[in-house]
Amino acid sequence: MAEFEVPVLSIKNLNKQFGKGCLHCQDGESLVKNYCPICGTVYACRDVSFDVFPGEVLGIVGESGSGKSTLMQCLYFDQEVSAGEAYLADYHHGERNLFQESSQQQRYIRNHIMGKVYQNPLMGLKMNFSSIGNIAEKLIAAGSHHVGMMENRGMELLNKVNIPVHRRKEAPKNFSGGMQQRVQIAKALSNRPPLLLLDEVTTGLDLSVQASVLDLIKSLQRELNISIVLVSHDLGVIRMLADRTLVMLEGKVIEQGLTDQILEDPQHQYTQQLVHSLL
Amino acid sequence: MNTAYNFAFFDEGSKREIRRATLKAIAIPGYQVPFASREMPIGRGWGTGGLQLTLSLIGRSDVLKVIDQGSDESVNAVNIKKLVSDTTGVITTDHTREATLIQSRHRIPEVPLNKDQILILQVPLPEPLRDYEPSENETKKLHAEKEYSGAWLMLFEQIMKYGSMTTGADHPVMVHDRYVMAPSPIPRFDNPKMHESEALILLGAGREKKVYAVPPYTKVVSLDFEDYPFEPESFLDKHCRLCGSTGVFLDELVDEETNETFYQCNDTSYCIEILNEVEPFGVK
Repeated sequence: MAEFEVPVLSIKNLNKQFGKGCLHCQDGESLVKNYCPICGTVYACRDVSFDVFPGEVLGIVGESGSGKSTLMQCLYFDQEVSAGEAYLADYHHGERNLFQESSQQQRYIRNHIMGKVYQNPLMGLKMNFSSIGNIAEKLIAAGSHHVGMMENRGMELLNKVNIPVHRRKEAPKNFSGGMQQRVQIAKALSNRPPLLLLDEVTTGLDLSVQASVLDLIKSLQRELNISIVLVSHDLGVIRMLADRTLVMLEGKVIEQGLTDQILEDPQHQYTQQLVHSLL
Repeated sequence: MNTAYNFAFFDEGSKREIRRATLKAIAIPGYQVPFASREMPIGRGWGTGGLQLTLSLIGRSDVLKVIDQGSDESVNAVNIKKLVSDTTGVITTDHTREATLIQSRHRIPEVPLNKDQILILQVPLPEPLRDYEPSENETKKLHAEKEYSGAWLMLFEQIMKYGSMTTGADHPVMVHDRYVMAPSPIPRFDNPKMHESEALILLGAGREKKVYAVPPYTKVVSLDFEDYPFEPESFLDKHCRLCGSTGVFLDELVDEETNETFYQCNDTSYCIEILNEVEPFGVK
């Protein structure tokens, strides 16, 4: 079973700081939460390491400002990391540190091996282009130059995410928030990426739409067996989707384990408080 | 010749700066080189980019031709010709074959250009990705990373909306397998003339302060899709009503009295040359 054990994505000691740091904060002792009051540096991610295995959904939970989204931005190369390593099984057999690749190569990785759904559809979609065009953008970026093929794939995906196919030529700006989010999911899935990054996908949606988007993600994940990294501050979402969960606080991973285990038997004081507030 | 100005209107330093940008543009085919676009005695957006290239390159032995959408006699073309010849004393011509320097707005002449000629095109919008990405900072990154899905996406959107690629002019091209370039608003008909062109092609955008180039014998491919190949405008079964030419870019005109549609060469000097050739033999 050694084959099965190879992680799809492996992150080692990821650090991201905003600011230069000074003598006082480099050892991490004089920090107020993750902020240095002397030089103003913010330590958004501190020494984050984890693995994601094939077909697994990894949840990352934590309060606002705990570094979840910064971590996701680093993984999708929207932000440059301060230090750390990342390896993808589908990129040079996991032997190259992604953070040290050229920006061209990073773009290749984004276009071919990853998909991302942003919290805000404005970030992930071109609001003035048609929905099918948005999906095609990802396919074109992944090297497709066949209109018929892209149109069919786009319609197939729109069907999957329950958007009426006759609205494919409409721009996402005419859609409701939930529909925009579903177009984003369709776009992220279009080139069949082995790894999908979801950043607070249901935040800001009403409850019934939340449920249908979550259902959709769950069924797509089962059907296509993709690995997902899922960020949310909502434990309900984490409970429903994630197999394994990391809890982040002030940029650090303070607890990790099976989702059930974390929800039933939280160890860290903060996690206890978080789980308690869910009930 | 007006001697109140330095030769070719500009001071030598200005000419040198523009030539340097031009050399860089030639060294990196299709790459937009920024340059310090000067104030000109004509308004920005009226061919100042092309004019600055012309003035920086022109020498005493050059022969200049200026065309505006195929016409040698339009106001714009005439005035640019006047300014250049007034400040340099060079001879101007209408004949494409005689010219060494051809400044053009939105057309490549019908007569094939040769290696001793330079074609200078005026460019209003040099950035092929501008409609896709409004930020210059971002488009520079996209060019650097050879990320051109936006260029194809815009064509894809046209196919989705109208059933075919509808760029009437300025259909984007890939230069030497590296940079996607706006060929200036020449009709699709002229795009293939850029491919492996014997003449050097320079493109200048005065308002946008960019110079770029297609050096001789460079691969220039119009963007398209596998199932929607690039197609230039077709004038099948049509001919010029004056000279009878076929296989050239024709203007469609309507006689307002009879409501009749007829076609005429867009390149006026080409049309006149053909007429002058034909008439002495009485073949017409």
